[in-house]
Amino acid sequence: MDITENTATATPRRISGQTLWKQTWRIARTWPLIPLIIIGLLVSSAVFAPLIANKEAERGDIFFKNIPPIWYTEYYAQNPDDPKFILGADALGRDVFSRVVYGSRISITIAGIVLSAGAIGGTIIGLVAGYFGRNIDELLMRFVDLTFAVPFILVALVVVIVFGQSLTIIIVLLIAFSWGVFARQVRGETLVLREQDYVSMAKVVGASPVYILYRHLFPGVFNTLMVVASLRVGTLILAESVLSYLGVGVPPPTPAWGAMVSDGRDYIATAWWSTFFPGLAIFLTVLAFNFLGDWLRDRLDPRLRQLAD
Amino acid sequence: MRRFIVRRLVYGVVVIWLVSFLIFALSRMAGDPRQFFVDEYTTAESYEAMGRAMGLDRPLVVQYGLWFGNALTGDFGRSLYTRVSALDSILERMPATLQLTAGAFIFALITGIPLGVLSAVRRGTFWDYFGRTFALYGQALPGFWLGVMLVLIISVQFKLLPTSGKGDWTHYVLPAVTLGWGSAAAFVRLTRSAMLEILDSEFVKFARAKGVANQKIIWKHSFRNALIAPLTFSGILLAAFLTGAVVTEKVFAWPGMGSLAVQSVINNDFPVMTGSVMIFAGFFVGANFVVDILYAVIDPRIKYE
Repeated sequence: MDITENTATATPRRISGQTLWKQTWRIARTWPLIPLIIIGLLVSSAVFAPLIANKEAERGDIFFKNIPPIWYTEYYAQNPDDPKFILGADALGRDVFSRVVYGSRISITIAGIVLSAGAIGGTIIGLVAGYFGRNIDELLMRFVDLTFAVPFILVALVVVIVFGQSLTIIIVLLIAFSWGVFARQVRGETLVLREQDYVSMAKVVGASPVYILYRHLFPGVFNTLMVVASLRVGTLILAESVLSYLGVGVPPPTPAWGAMVSDGRDYIATAWWSTFFPGLAIFLTVLAFNFLGDWLRDRLDPRLRQLAD
Repeated sequence: MRRFIVRRLVYGVVVIWLVSFLIFALSRMAGDPRQFFVDEYTTAESYEAMGRAMGLDRPLVVQYGLWFGNALTGDFGRSLYTRVSALDSILERMPATLQLTAGAFIFALITGIPLGVLSAVRRGTFWDYFGRTFALYGQALPGFWLGVMLVLIISVQFKLLPTSGKGDWTHYVLPAVTLGWGSAAAFVRLTRSAMLEILDSEFVKFARAKGVANQKIIWKHSFRNALIAPLTFSGILLAAFLTGAVVTEKVFAWPGMGSLAVQSVINNDFPVMTGSVMIFAGFFVGANFVVDILYAVIDPRIKYE
């Protein structure tokens, strides 16, 4: 009895009855858990910023200039009256933790809007260029080439002097810089798809070009679109942070990570925390999105391997 | 082949022309250029005279033609701040930027390529993980933050290297590493995937079957072929470096073209700004052109159309 029971249960136990630890490890290897956790934290900190941040992000008291993070117990023991700053205070006495939390709003908003607009615009242009071909294709692709050939940061600098610093300008600039990748990739896919029999059939039965593009070609390029989008998030967040580091991003005092790194640069020897944490936030966010993008690419479309290089 | 080169050349010229058009349009949108020169001694007559001298009474198309013609001869006007010719002040800063770029390029080459080879040859070992981690993390690190952190650790904590400015060779190390880091990561990725592909190819298997020594297979048969991708890529990198220099120069107060451009933005110094953009665009387009040609020369599979 014992023996039969053992043999009967032994085989399934090998497969599914692993220890909890092993199961977790297996899930962690197949699913991008850590990146998803980081992105989850990021999104929730953007959404719930007022609840998470325990101090005001845009105003500080100069009296609390460069107060160290909470684990500098010696400092807080000597100055028991000072308020506690989780990640310290910056040169204007503002809470670094609250600013980093609120900063995620800027990054997420910009990345979200730019990515949606760039993906939608780029997809439409790519579909049209790939499907109609000839002169339309040639013309549209030269515009794509142009977005790659222009030194983005410098043009952005000039645009910002002319129109002044604002969130809208940054978003418009980043859209102008990011739609080309989508257009190029979608066009390539469309060139292959439009030769398929089902597209010719649709044409034969009299489907309009708009209907073919939307109904027959768009679903075919959707996976590529997702992969390109997820690989672009990191680049976008980096580009935004570079602009705000150079002082042409979202106007102060709105906290943006890049600008925070720049503000703390002069106090690096006395208050490292005001540069370290915002930069770390950028790094982890970009890293998480890059990991997720790689994973999605391997899952949805392994042919796109060269995209990351 | 000749048609291909001519075609690429025409594209390059068109891009430069479009950039110039964009810059001119932007500069006119910024408002009347005379506003920069107005002071308490300006009268209505001198304002008009200034307008005539600058050609503002002519149609916009003519103004653009004049501006573009001057720009082609290298005349972008005088800096509104220093009154020095914009081209001269840019050219004066150019060597510093080129030196920084060269330093970054050398750093990226000597770290990226060996690490890429090593991680492909010792696949699945510590070196492979190290190389891949370096590649992944390197591409996610914001350059400006890396620079500040290097200053914090190496210059402030251990006092090994200077924090900023330009001087003897020690001043080059941190800026070059900061600027070259991302490209080193890209080199690791490119070299590794190229090496893996070649090590798996038929002719390498044949060489192994023939009994060629492992070292010879790696260096003579594979490495030479694997170098094609990273080397053609370096053309693109040179252009990327020039843009990256804008950021790195700001971090290290490096007296180059990038920091001049940023300064001119802060000062609303339009002639210097437009001059910098045009010169950077020229570098950019030139590098892209060379890469296109190199690709076509090295890889015959590319169609010249």
